[in-house]
Amino acid sequence: MQQHQTHAELAEQFNRDINRVNWHDQTLWMVREKRDKAAQQVPDWEQLRETASQIKNHTLAHLHAYLLEFEQQALANGIQVHWAADAEEHNRIVHRIIQEHGVDRIVKSKSMLTEECGLNEYLLQQGIEVVDTDLGERIVQLAGEPPSHIVLPCIHWKKEEIGELFHQHLGTPKGNADPDFLTRAARAHLREHFMMRRVAITGVNFAVAETGEFVVCTNEGNADLGAQLADVHIACMGIEKIIPKRNHLGVFLRLLARSATGQPITTYSSHFKKPGPGKALHIVLVDNGRSTRLGSDDFRNALKCIRCGACFNTCPVYRRSGGHSYHTAIAGPIGSILAPALDMEKHADLPFASTLCGSCTNVCPVKIDIHQQLYTWRQVLIKNGHASSTKKAGIQLTGMVLSKPWLFRVSGKVARWIMRTFPGLMNNRFNPWTKQRELPMPPKQSFRDWYVNNRSHD
Amino acid sequence: MHIGLFIPCYIDQFYPQVGIATLELLEKQGLRVSYPLEQTCCGQPMANSGFEHLTADCSKNFIRNFERFDYIVCPSGSCALHIKEHVHDDQSEEKAVSIRKRVYELTEFLTDVIQLKSLSAKFPHRVGLHQSCHGLRGLHLAQMSELVAPKYSKPEQLLKLVDGLELIQLDRQDECCGFGGTFSVFEEAVSVKMGQDRMADHLKNGAEYITGADMSCLMHLEGLLKRDNSSMNVIHIAEILNSKA
Repeated sequence: MQQHQTHAELAEQFNRDINRVNWHDQTLWMVREKRDKAAQQVPDWEQLRETASQIKNHTLAHLHAYLLEFEQQALANGIQVHWAADAEEHNRIVHRIIQEHGVDRIVKSKSMLTEECGLNEYLLQQGIEVVDTDLGERIVQLAGEPPSHIVLPCIHWKKEEIGELFHQHLGTPKGNADPDFLTRAARAHLREHFMMRRVAITGVNFAVAETGEFVVCTNEGNADLGAQLADVHIACMGIEKIIPKRNHLGVFLRLLARSATGQPITTYSSHFKKPGPGKALHIVLVDNGRSTRLGSDDFRNALKCIRCGACFNTCPVYRRSGGHSYHTAIAGPIGSILAPALDMEKHADLPFASTLCGSCTNVCPVKIDIHQQLYTWRQVLIKNGHASSTKKAGIQLTGMVLSKPWLFRVSGKVARWIMRTFPGLMNNRFNPWTKQRELPMPPKQSFRDWYVNNRSHD
Repeated sequence: MHIGLFIPCYIDQFYPQVGIATLELLEKQGLRVSYPLEQTCCGQPMANSGFEHLTADCSKNFIRNFERFDYIVCPSGSCALHIKEHVHDDQSEEKAVSIRKRVYELTEFLTDVIQLKSLSAKFPHRVGLHQSCHGLRGLHLAQMSELVAPKYSKPEQLLKLVDGLELIQLDRQDECCGFGGTFSVFEEAVSVKMGQDRMADHLKNGAEYITGADMSCLMHLEGLLKRDNSSMNVIHIAEILNSKA
């Protein structure tokens, strides 16, 4: 059995505060609209998506070769390269590097990979303090929460609540919720940490095989500040972040920020190629289930993901259930197809947290067939026994009735008669349909009955 | 041209008037239409719940009923899409492949196959069009708001042929209503909220009726409207197109 609450349960709790749901939905819909506007300004947008998708497909088909090319070039540039088979090995490698430099406090810019690996918790257990330097991430870190969105980590927080949080943790005046003021307070607070830290961790958006360099995209410049001020820079990346050539950035950088926030490009697209004089640059390449996925025809193409978050913003379910209802580091539609591969038991509910509307697939800048994979995951989960016995029995019965025309007709007739005669039997608060909705009024005659009486038939 | 009329199971049981309107509308175009009497369901309720392996008998029954027709026409984008994408027969897959190519949703059949240019129908009301997701993003009945591509809409093209009908514009032109099959029951809270938000969009923009090419979405919205004692109603697009001039 699942140890935590399901998406449906957590979403139901989220929906008890109707004003918050409306606000959350409208805020993220605004981001979707900005994305639409930005996309509409690029006449060859669909061609750009197709090109990005094909570059990623090609890269995945030759991933082995490109990873080795990247390693060779990075080593030649003076970068120290580490390989981690899973989250645990990744965390141990990062910890060892930190230990070698005799440090117990570090700064980290946003990296969904380190969230996936649970790096913060691991390092904390080893007595190392991590300060997240992305503003949104710092806010959720102060609040003791995981991010609720991969690009907008604290999108579920209202500015008044952030004002209160800063009042408690940073000593800002009570009641001040002016975004400019709060940003300045956070900046002053983070600058202290930047100045004091000798080790900085960043994520990686793109790693270029041809040159051995990598690119980190931020709007706040926090990755640069962290990496440039520290003696040691550790960059953590999933092995799917490789692109073959530097000029491919011309495709991906045009897509990433437009899809994410509707900006033409992130404020900073920082290239890191070699360590500065007297400094060290490490890169940790993490598999953590990726090569298993690479071997799956059904699910391989989820590895194309560039973590833009467009599928979150467009998802009508995500907007009305909040990121935390997905109980995983990467929420939303993409998270719902990534998470079951890591732990099927724990995340068996996520592929069902969708109406299969398909909007996610349409906004995806690298054309991942997200809603098709949600459908396929459902089949895999059921075949592996992840269905409640009542659901299973119900569906089996439905399947049997619908495969026998006479049984379908008789049951339909009986069911409609019962619904007409004893409406209270089905229309009650224990029936999830009628909790907030009415049932259709069942007619005496089915369409087939009418047809038999009104048309000649063979 | 012999057309097999495919009436989804829930329309047969709960909305016979939609089946009748579809049949009459096709007959008015001078088409030969038959309703095979032993049909049941496309199998989607099982498949979307993860039980596609339990749909083999449904698929076989569907193929048995419909293999003799030139075209199969269905007043539901979702059910038509399911047949197009998921009907198989392990004994004679070529029959399934042929069926998948011949199935059409009603509005696309009218605009693309018989290329309907005029109608004698009258519906003097303000109408909001709900673009159901499977018809929209699966069958491409209209351009999707996410894509940078020329606009078109097959249901709108038909509604414009109806006398007196005023089509209202929505704030969110193609957001999902939250029905989603068993999603409506297993994710009740989000499903209801999504439906309420769609309802509010239509209401705010002055619709008297919400129409669409999928009665399942409309059944969900109707359930919410009735609970709300709303004056707004739902009506299947076939009923509007078949209304008397």
